[in-house]
Amino acid sequence: MTKTITDVVCPFCGTLCDDIEVIVSDDGKKLIEVDNACVIGTEKFLHSQSSDRITRPRMHQEDGSWKEISYDEAVEYTAQMLAKAKKPLMFGWSSTNCEAQSVGNEIAEMSRACCDNTAATCHGTSLIAIQDVGLPSCTLGEIKNRADRIIFWGCNPAHAHPRHMSRYSIFPRGFFTGKGQMSRKLIVVDPRVTDTAKMADIHLQVEQGQDYELLDALRVAFKGEWLPDVVAGIPSEKIREAADVLKSGRFGIIFFGMGVTQSLGKNHNIDEAIAVTKDLNEYTKFSIMPMRGHYNVTGSGEVFAWQFGFPYAVDLTRGFARYNPGDTSTIDLLTRGEIDAMLTIGSDPGAHFPISAVKPIANMPSVCIDPHLTPTSGVSKLHVPVAFNGVETGGNCYRMDNVPIDCRKVVEPPEGMLTDEEFLIKVRDRLKQLKGAA
Amino acid sequence: MATVTLKPTKVPELMLEGYSITPDAFAGKTPAQIAALPAHEGKIHVTLGDFFEVSGNAGATAAETDIVIAGDCTRVKYIGSKMTAGTVKVNGNADMYVGGWMKGGKIHITGNVDSFCGMQMQGGEILIDGNAQNYVGCAYRGDWRGMKGGTIRIKGSAGNDIGTFMLGGTIIIEKDTFIHVSTHAEGGTVILKGDVEGRVGGQMVKGTIYVFGTIKFMMPGFKKVDRVELEVDGTKATFDHYIGDLGERHPKSKGKEIFADLYVKA
Repeated sequence: MTKTITDVVCPFCGTLCDDIEVIVSDDGKKLIEVDNACVIGTEKFLHSQSSDRITRPRMHQEDGSWKEISYDEAVEYTAQMLAKAKKPLMFGWSSTNCEAQSVGNEIAEMSRACCDNTAATCHGTSLIAIQDVGLPSCTLGEIKNRADRIIFWGCNPAHAHPRHMSRYSIFPRGFFTGKGQMSRKLIVVDPRVTDTAKMADIHLQVEQGQDYELLDALRVAFKGEWLPDVVAGIPSEKIREAADVLKSGRFGIIFFGMGVTQSLGKNHNIDEAIAVTKDLNEYTKFSIMPMRGHYNVTGSGEVFAWQFGFPYAVDLTRGFARYNPGDTSTIDLLTRGEIDAMLTIGSDPGAHFPISAVKPIANMPSVCIDPHLTPTSGVSKLHVPVAFNGVETGGNCYRMDNVPIDCRKVVEPPEGMLTDEEFLIKVRDRLKQLKGAA
Repeated sequence: MATVTLKPTKVPELMLEGYSITPDAFAGKTPAQIAALPAHEGKIHVTLGDFFEVSGNAGATAAETDIVIAGDCTRVKYIGSKMTAGTVKVNGNADMYVGGWMKGGKIHITGNVDSFCGMQMQGGEILIDGNAQNYVGCAYRGDWRGMKGGTIRIKGSAGNDIGTFMLGGTIIIEKDTFIHVSTHAEGGTVILKGDVEGRVGGQMVKGTIYVFGTIKFMMPGFKKVDRVELEVDGTKATFDHYIGDLGERHPKSKGKEIFADLYVKA
């Protein structure tokens, strides 16, 4: 016999779908089938069942081999590393729950570490812009029920957030959007003809790296001022047409992704996009929302901001929180040789950072807390495998629209494995002893 | 005037936060007292004496104190930050935040500087003989009131974000600049003697920019209005005069809208 668990939350992307059904064996130890999830989400659930999974911490040996050690030894290494380092860095946090993030912040405060999450290579620039000019935003539910003008700027949800369009942004029939897709106009801004762009009513094929100019041109077009004939590779008539479509809607939303946050100009692109949203509110109701990637990167920002006052790139080395991306952000710290120990949790910088930032990780005391084998676990001195969040343990997560949703445990982890939170609590308690506080 | 000389004796393993290297902190102190001034390397409390050999005497006040660093400070942050008077000279490079939050006095760096040079500056002079990285004369993150006064002259090139949220003062870049000049500015003057990639005056409300070289990508929000003869930083030339950013909000004075001015050498 099997059991079906309904209303499970998918721990993959920032859409945090909460309608997944999971079929597990009667004893709750084996996960058999996943329904309703996209292909990436399904894989995330099923990967927890793989037979070659690492279930105990491993220490990198001098000859490059790995030696299995106990969780207690792993706790000792981690606590000693953080206590001894002049400037340790604790990076990641986006694929773990808020409870573990909060324990991590206690550890960071005690060891006077720099803390950063994956926003460093993703939507961190959006956070800078939000701090500069604010963010008129809304929830995904409002978009489903009200939005009739949708912009996807520099993002491709057809591949990166596969169920976003069907659950919230394009297809669903909401309270005031009864005709579903027919009641919405879709504008996609992307230099490439992506699968999302193919569905658009208007595709503005902007020239690479000229999003800022195009956004500025839209603002000029709203005011009916003079424009050059061509801006960012797009004729001014087409820009004015798009401006009119946006102004004529009842409720609009700009979704933006890493095509604008990590291309030329970074935070300024978002700054200008927020200004476009502000301008549009002169004519109709408009909102803007970042397409967050990891399922709980938003939560990490929330927990940092709630406990330290800044959403990412926090430097606690002087005993109080400081924040200045460019100085206190992870890639800069690594490439400038500013840190001497690194703890990674719930993310994979080894696969996403420039190689000049990954090399230093291999040359310093380093811990990687991750259930998977990743390039980061490969270069770290200690790899601590843990239970899968959202599959083998629950916990609080934040959706991309800042709505907190509790993840659910659906299956037991392999015997004797710790969760992120349990491991971090042990590290925290050991660190307290080392500091003479307990 | 009294001169204090710091000779670097050790390169910091991580970066050194040299926030005490200002005439204000040195004034009225003996070399031994200066060597005991605090600094940070990561979370470790260190002193200036751990990294520099101190000689000479400080004046009674900041205005009477000159500091000379006889060597390279590539890994030292915050040199001359928050200073109000006196001078600082570095014979070599310096790291981030040179003259950040500075209110008066003079700083001269003979080499290059990293980012955030002259951040939130209110007065005084900064002269950099080499190149600067990003965020010259910019605002601190989240602050909409950036540089208010003083002069920054970079003899080499600069990166991006020059004079973001600027309200006053002058920035002169003698060689090329990358992107984002006077973004969000509501005052101040920026003079670019070399070429610039683009995004000059984006979201700019008020203020003035002079460009002697070429702008590769012009902001669509700037409209050409006339051509004028001007003398800028000792050079006479003919400039095309643009106003903008037309997409941005603009204040009114005597019923007339005030725009930012951009002059590009014809």
